[in-house]
Amino acid sequence: MGEVSPALIVLLGGLLVPLIPNGWARNIFMLALPVLGAVQLFSFEFGDYGAYALFGETLTLTRVDGLSRIFSTIFLIAIALNVIYAWHVRDPVQQAASLVYPGAALGGVLAGDLVTLFIFWEIAAISSVFLIWASRNRRSFYAGMRYLAWQIASGVLLLMGIVLYFRASGSLAFGNFLEAGFDITDPAVLFILIAFGIKSAFPLLHNWVQDAYPESTVTGTIVLSIFTTKLAVASLARGFAGAEALVYIGAVMTAFPIFFAVIENDLRRVLTYSLNNQVGFMIVGVGIGTPLALNGTAAYAFCNILFEGLLFMAMGAVLYRTGTVKGSELGGLYKTMPWTTVFCIIGAASISAFPLFSGFISKGLLIGAAAKEGYFWVWMTLLFAAAGVFHHSGIKIPFFAFFAHDSGKRPKEAPPHMLIAMAITAFLCIFIGSAQIFSGPLGDPLFALLPFAEDVAYQVGKDSHSPYIAYTAPHIITQLQILLYSGLAFAVLQKTGLYPPELKSTNLDTDWFYRVPGRGLAGWAAGASRATWIALWGIFSGRVQALMARIYNVHGPEGEMARSWPIGFMALWTAILLALVLFISFLA
Amino acid sequence: MNLIAQLPVLPIVVPIIAAPITLLLPPGRAPHLWASLFSWLTFAACIALFMQVSANGPISYELGDWAPPIGIEYYVDLANALVLLLVSGIAAVVFPFAYRSVQLEIDERQTPLFYGALLICMTGLLGVTITGDAFNVFVFLEISSLSGYALIAMGARRDRRALTAAFNYLVMGTIGATFFVIGIGLLYQATGTLNMADLAQRLIGQDNRMISAGFAFILVGMGLKLAMFPLHLWLPNAYTYAPSAVTAFMAATATKVAVYVIIRFIFSVFNFDFAFIGAAFTYVLLPLGLAGMFVASLVALFQEDVKRMLAYSSVAQIGYMLLGLSFATVEGLTATLVHVFNHALMKGALFMAVACVVLRAGSHSIHAFAGLSKRMPVTTWAFIISGLSLIGVPLTVGFISKWYLLQAAFEAGHWYAGFLIVASSLIALAYVGRVAEVMLLREPAEEGKYAMPKEEAPLSMLIPMWVLVAANIYFGVRTDLTGGIATRAAEALMAMAGGAP
Repeated sequence: MGEVSPALIVLLGGLLVPLIPNGWARNIFMLALPVLGAVQLFSFEFGDYGAYALFGETLTLTRVDGLSRIFSTIFLIAIALNVIYAWHVRDPVQQAASLVYPGAALGGVLAGDLVTLFIFWEIAAISSVFLIWASRNRRSFYAGMRYLAWQIASGVLLLMGIVLYFRASGSLAFGNFLEAGFDITDPAVLFILIAFGIKSAFPLLHNWVQDAYPESTVTGTIVLSIFTTKLAVASLARGFAGAEALVYIGAVMTAFPIFFAVIENDLRRVLTYSLNNQVGFMIVGVGIGTPLALNGTAAYAFCNILFEGLLFMAMGAVLYRTGTVKGSELGGLYKTMPWTTVFCIIGAASISAFPLFSGFISKGLLIGAAAKEGYFWVWMTLLFAAAGVFHHSGIKIPFFAFFAHDSGKRPKEAPPHMLIAMAITAFLCIFIGSAQIFSGPLGDPLFALLPFAEDVAYQVGKDSHSPYIAYTAPHIITQLQILLYSGLAFAVLQKTGLYPPELKSTNLDTDWFYRVPGRGLAGWAAGASRATWIALWGIFSGRVQALMARIYNVHGPEGEMARSWPIGFMALWTAILLALVLFISFLA
Repeated sequence: MNLIAQLPVLPIVVPIIAAPITLLLPPGRAPHLWASLFSWLTFAACIALFMQVSANGPISYELGDWAPPIGIEYYVDLANALVLLLVSGIAAVVFPFAYRSVQLEIDERQTPLFYGALLICMTGLLGVTITGDAFNVFVFLEISSLSGYALIAMGARRDRRALTAAFNYLVMGTIGATFFVIGIGLLYQATGTLNMADLAQRLIGQDNRMISAGFAFILVGMGLKLAMFPLHLWLPNAYTYAPSAVTAFMAATATKVAVYVIIRFIFSVFNFDFAFIGAAFTYVLLPLGLAGMFVASLVALFQEDVKRMLAYSSVAQIGYMLLGLSFATVEGLTATLVHVFNHALMKGALFMAVACVVLRAGSHSIHAFAGLSKRMPVTTWAFIISGLSLIGVPLTVGFISKWYLLQAAFEAGHWYAGFLIVASSLIALAYVGRVAEVMLLREPAEEGKYAMPKEEAPLSMLIPMWVLVAANIYFGVRTDLTGGIATRAAEALMAMAGGAP
């Protein structure tokens, strides 16, 4: 297939989807695209492919290196899994968007220069909104519009950053900005950082995630949850590795969504908070910037796409069968959806980093990297956040959906294609998590894909307690201590009736997990941050509404600016302008 | 006398001879074929002219062998060769496109008149662009405007409001033309010549009230013609009620030619030694350009009529052109020229898509667009791709425009302008997105006023429309024609005006 970019195979193929007859033929076509893309990707050696010229600059469509290869690989896997999961969907807009948008994200990861990155950045933004609009109601329309405004704002900031960077350096190359001699506060680089920051949902730039993702369809939310933030992480890893500010930004990201996740009732929305928290881990790794940390970021992104996707798929199956994902309305579904329950628990175990599951392998790299570089408070925060993940994703999601009090709902098991997709994902979670037991760290299949694959052998040879070696007694015991104590606490509270199924008391066990004295503090932190947010948002949205009303009064169809004015009025304007220009000309 | 030597006059002579003959043809198919044929011949002549200019440099042609400054001179350099190419190119696409649309919207007995007027309008626009004589600009401007008023008024068969729209445009256009001719008169009084090159020579060293006043009248007169905010009030109604094909043609060409005339006068007749040029940039073009970008975009956002929305969007886009111009740099001028070209491509395609919808649904209200992707998918995608271009999405010409404009803004040190360009394209995103959502995700009306059959527009309309859509993408990827030529043209103009290169 020559030098055709794998991204273009998926993207252009996605555009053709509406032309294929609906049904099996179309589904198989859709499934063939990521497979072809993968074949093409792995036929490339490391290097640059598909050079083209724009504005007299030579640009690179496809750059295959360690970083882009691991992200592309997992993107292609995720695309294929999504196609299987969405086998029942018969909506051409949604089907096309669920290939075009991931294809664009893939193109962004493979982009060899800033302009190519920007082009795919924008295509991803625009194509993804159709997945939100696919719910086809007023709510999703407005959520989509707000989402689009954020995404395009990110795109134009990126564009401004690129223009400034080009003017300052004369180059459109996309490499590490810090190594190119730019300070992070330089406007050019700062614009680009904020653009990346919006897409990766930095704190305070994160709200579009919770606002828009849960408005999408059963299958759309899963697709959305994977690509945008991971494209941003890959871009950050390429451009800003070693930028210390990111360590702290990432640390805040891991911690603050926990409070919101705890008090949230919509389980898909809980997962979007968990998404923020997970991306925070990756950004800490980017900020640390050592080969170990970057390997950790890439490995964590790889595993996260699988287990976070698995959780979203399980919740999607619940939504598909019951029509709701509200924690207070679910419960007891394990009786009729046993397979979904099992897969959801596997996803939960992976995200909580139980030994034998994929999170155990990859999270250790990041936390180890933070400890190694002496970021004590960051390390503490990551542990805190890891425990928080166990609470809101590991326990809350499966418990409230499938166990807890019996809601009386007896839905059918998820349809076969959903089960197949979930089974493959669950298998990968376990395979990645336990392969090392048989192969040893040097033969680990995931490690072979890492951007700094050679670092593995080097570190392992030097240090018998290297984070790359997952199955050491201290690592397993530490992890099990955290998890088992949490589980014990949960069980005790459950038995003694201190853990009623109502949501408000879930604050209780966060106290236990974080060992914060006094059960009030976590509740207070959640309540206070929510109240502050609501107050700020109230002021802001009140202003915005007043402003919009004012704009509408002036510019709306009946407003002064849009009216059909009588001819004398037009002539008057002409006279006024003539007077003005004469005045200016004479004065000048 | 060989044909190549007479090349510069062909784009004018060919259609102006063809136009009266149109009137003699029987109503129906014949006038359309005749006009289309001549639009292509004219386009071919313009291509040849463009090639020659781009290879050999500017051409000066003496009409009837009368030497300038006494005789009329046609002067073609890269800047106006590009505009000539644009006007004739749009005509070559819109004329074939017009047939079915005109069949629906105009009385068949009027078709010879209609196509005759269309040819005359095109000739006028080409004449304004090609001529090197200031008074001749006025003459051709009137030729194009008068036929334009008649063309807009022909929309009255569908909507009587076309008559008042055309009348308002007539009055305002005449005021504009009068101001322009007063300005020319003042310059003539001061210099005794009407030839632009000669004017430029004789104006050197003269700086008096008469010249300032002349400039003010020319600027405001042309400002009216190009719908500079707040002189744009004639435009929304004229574009909304004109026959669809006329809107597609005029929106893509008429205002662009007026922008070109302002550029020509500022850079080739006046120069930067005149203090009022700088003042006009800073105090007139820059603020009015910015105001237009926002006010007109916001008005477009709330429109219930898609054609009217696009008309307001045109006013906003003219704001971009004036903004680029007001930077008074090579980059800024390049951005303006690029956007003149690119905006014609996107607005042409968008108005053509609206024409297709009018043909099938009989309305250009946004309600007629509901569920359009199920009824007319090919048209829907033409609209969406051109709409993305209007927003400035990469791989389309709109992105190229934005790129040059942002470069120019930063280069000129106008940081805030960079932000405002970005902010106003977000508004464009909102109004295009609104229509896109209605077309793709709403259910089509099954009954009532907006119900329509599931039937795509005829090929005679789809092919020309997609030619423009393809141009939106082609020139969005290959920028050497637009960007490269515009840079060369801007450098030449800047050298004439004596500004910093």
